[in-house]
Amino acid sequence: MSTASNRIARRPFMAQLLAHRGNSLIVTGLGSPTWDCFAAGDSPEFLYSWGGMGLAVPTALGVALAQPGRRVVCVTGDGEILMGVGSLGVVADQAPENLAVLVLDNESFGETGRQRGLTAGRTDIAAVAAAFGVAKTMTVTEQSAIDELAELLFKAPGPVVAVAKIAITEDPWALPEKDGGAIAHRFRAALAS
Amino acid sequence: MSTKIHDWSADVFRAMRQRNIATVCTVPDGGLTRLLQLIEADRSMRLVTLSVEQEGIGIATGCWLGGGKAMIAMQSSGVGNCINALGLPLAYRAPCMMLVTMRGQWGEFNPWQVPMGQATRPALEAVGVKCFPVDKAEEVGETFAAAADLAFNSRVSAAVLVSQRIIGAKGFGQE
Repeated sequence: MSTASNRIARRPFMAQLLAHRGNSLIVTGLGSPTWDCFAAGDSPEFLYSWGGMGLAVPTALGVALAQPGRRVVCVTGDGEILMGVGSLGVVADQAPENLAVLVLDNESFGETGRQRGLTAGRTDIAAVAAAFGVAKTMTVTEQSAIDELAELLFKAPGPVVAVAKIAITEDPWALPEKDGGAIAHRFRAALAS
Repeated sequence: MSTKIHDWSADVFRAMRQRNIATVCTVPDGGLTRLLQLIEADRSMRLVTLSVEQEGIGIATGCWLGGGKAMIAMQSSGVGNCINALGLPLAYRAPCMMLVTMRGQWGEFNPWQVPMGQATRPALEAVGVKCFPVDKAEEVGETFAAAADLAFNSRVSAAVLVSQRIIGAKGFGQE
């Protein structure tokens, strides 16, 4: 549900959080979550996307099922996950222990002009995840919660879903490679090495 | 007309096993009943029940990115739920293998199935999916095998469209 005054600044928050990732694989939803992860420090273990809205969680689930020995963390936005929200039910049903989802929730459609999103109203994505059967969920409203959040996302038995209430901010553009074939090849090569 | 119905589901299942396609994402369809039973009974395979077919496109793509092989099995109406999602495997140049059981095509009883059933192949082809329609039960297995080899070896999206002529039209108790 809306906190009305989100305070977390996404770029430093993601940079601090990803410093804890170890060798976790990161699957990003299109738009700002992709820019944030790239800005935090590029890695072949980051799978970026520039499209397929609603498919970040399914894609991360596919990676997690194929790589049961690796932690997989999906980083996406509130609008992105709501477009494929039933996938949280699929995650709960498959129950991969190595999968975590982080929703960067600024309660708006940031890429298209900051139009109001559903989480600005009564919709609570952590509660939705819990109702789908995801046993562990967390909502973070302060930058200071990073250690606790990192523990949940990178270490706790999954599946877990966390929501970070982030501020609407003006951040410099940080665009990774957009050729999907190049992104896919780099990611698969990193897994095979 | 022959009274013995060829077991195309067993042929597809065998072709899947031979190719290590170990994850099958589905919103079920009546025509897929036997194949889904074979998959569920095999402990080396994983059946992923979806809430909407587009999730299967993401899961199958992610699975391949992670080094595995997955496919989607769905009814033709579900194809309509996948069109934008199919941009994902196409952009990643990842294989995407689909088995589609057709409705709205051969003796359909339900008019609500007709628009998407008739649009299935053109819609798939419009977004770059190679379509393999098949209307003889004996040919489903070899068609599936060829389509899967094309998909996984040449990294394209391919759909085998199993005709309603093979499955039979659902009668809704009106037969």
